[in-house]
Amino acid sequence: MIRTIIRFSTALLIALSLSLSVNAQERGFITIASTTSTENSGLFEDILPQFTESTGIEVRVVAVGTGQALRIGCNGDADAVLVHAPAAERQFIADGCGVDRREIMYNDFIVIGPGSDPAGIEGTETAAEAFQIIADAEAPFASRGDDSGTHKKEMSIWADAGIEPAGSWYRELGSGMGAALNTAAGMDAYIMADRGTWISFDNRQNLEILVEGDPNLFNQYGSVLVNPANHDVKHELAQEWHDWLVSEEGQAAIGAYRLRGQQLFTPNAN
Amino acid sequence: MLDAFASAFALIISGDAELLGIVGLSLRVSLSAVFFASLLALPVGAAVALFSFPGRSGVIVVLNALMGLPPVVAGLIVYLLLSRVGPLGPLGLLFTPTAMVIVQSLLIFPIVAALTRQIVSDLWEEYREQLTSLGASRLRAIPTLLWDGRFSLITALLAGFGRATAEVGAVLIVGGNIAGVTRVMTTAIALETNKGNLTLALALGAILMTLTLLINGFAYGVGEFSRRRYGA
Repeated sequence: MIRTIIRFSTALLIALSLSLSVNAQERGFITIASTTSTENSGLFEDILPQFTESTGIEVRVVAVGTGQALRIGCNGDADAVLVHAPAAERQFIADGCGVDRREIMYNDFIVIGPGSDPAGIEGTETAAEAFQIIADAEAPFASRGDDSGTHKKEMSIWADAGIEPAGSWYRELGSGMGAALNTAAGMDAYIMADRGTWISFDNRQNLEILVEGDPNLFNQYGSVLVNPANHDVKHELAQEWHDWLVSEEGQAAIGAYRLRGQQLFTPNAN
Repeated sequence: MLDAFASAFALIISGDAELLGIVGLSLRVSLSAVFFASLLALPVGAAVALFSFPGRSGVIVVLNALMGLPPVVAGLIVYLLLSRVGPLGPLGLLFTPTAMVIVQSLLIFPIVAALTRQIVSDLWEEYREQLTSLGASRLRAIPTLLWDGRFSLITALLAGFGRATAEVGAVLIVGGNIAGVTRVMTTAIALETNKGNLTLALALGAILMTLTLLINGFAYGVGEFSRRRYGA
């Protein structure tokens, strides 16, 4: 009996280790640091297999906020980044951390809040105006507070409105887009989100889109290669990924990705 | 809630390849971590129990305190060690399952070592005279006492395993939750929660709990069986 148990356990362990061998592609893999919005929206799940199919390169995505993604890239722990904060991306290159920034695609940010809209922002033309009304009403507002691309954009809108948000109504969460939406839904707070994450988000409760279409809410995604002069990164493979993203094939793949009947990202490489 | 359990059941029945991969990786990472941590923690715990040396009380207090080491802190330390700009950067281990095994070992080691010290210490009190009269040195007594306490020590290993499979902060930082490479049960649950897909998240949670239950039941069964057969 004991022997059977031992045999069984051994077999189980061997099966386990076999079941885990990662199917490495013949040409190896690259690691890219990207944002939670691209991961949570399911875009990568859709386009990465197409890239791997045509090049034989596997892509491993670490999805974090834009700020952290750029730090991971600067430390050489990723081979390329795909993020959405153009000013921070240019700084990343100026700091010598990255080379060759390319614009890939865009979507937009939206201001979301409880359907009852206690501050009354629905119908305002611009996000800055809406933020002004929220601040005046001291209605609960959930901020990402995590130095992500969305957080940077939110801060720039507060600056446009001439407000330094503070007080018990302004809640800095320090979490990713999805987690922040969960929290906002739980406390009926206003929040700014990217449209991709919103479309794929299930736990909306009372939340709805209240302000959209302000040109200032434009959300540009860019790809930057990690500077090969600093670290031993897989520059050539990453370059192929970079080129594929702006190629006709890559752009078509991005444009074709739909979720719940809606296009999440519009390709705009030039 | 019921939806979650229904979809958990459906997921298990469907034998979804991605789910199997995630469950398999969770088990492999955590079992490896328990193995490597115990390799060191069992003798260290026993040695601290048996030998007197300067600063021994300090070591015991530190071991006990480290049982509460916050996973995020452990994750951060290992991240800084393994990052390309860190001392072990050239090994390229960040964002691999190996990194996750390292960080979980770090979390498990104090638990197994501290519990082993307690168990061996108690046994030593009990068998001290017997062992010394047989002429066994303290060093020679270590394997005997570990073998003698094996049934209690299994509980220590299970405590370590539980800690490893349950935590999310550390493996998220050093593993990166990469689909198909470093995504384990807890990080998958966190991801689905972030997508607002609470039903699927809870379903994954139910599967994780079931697995933990099965493993604990298995260990308990083996323990009981051998206890009855060989006496404890």
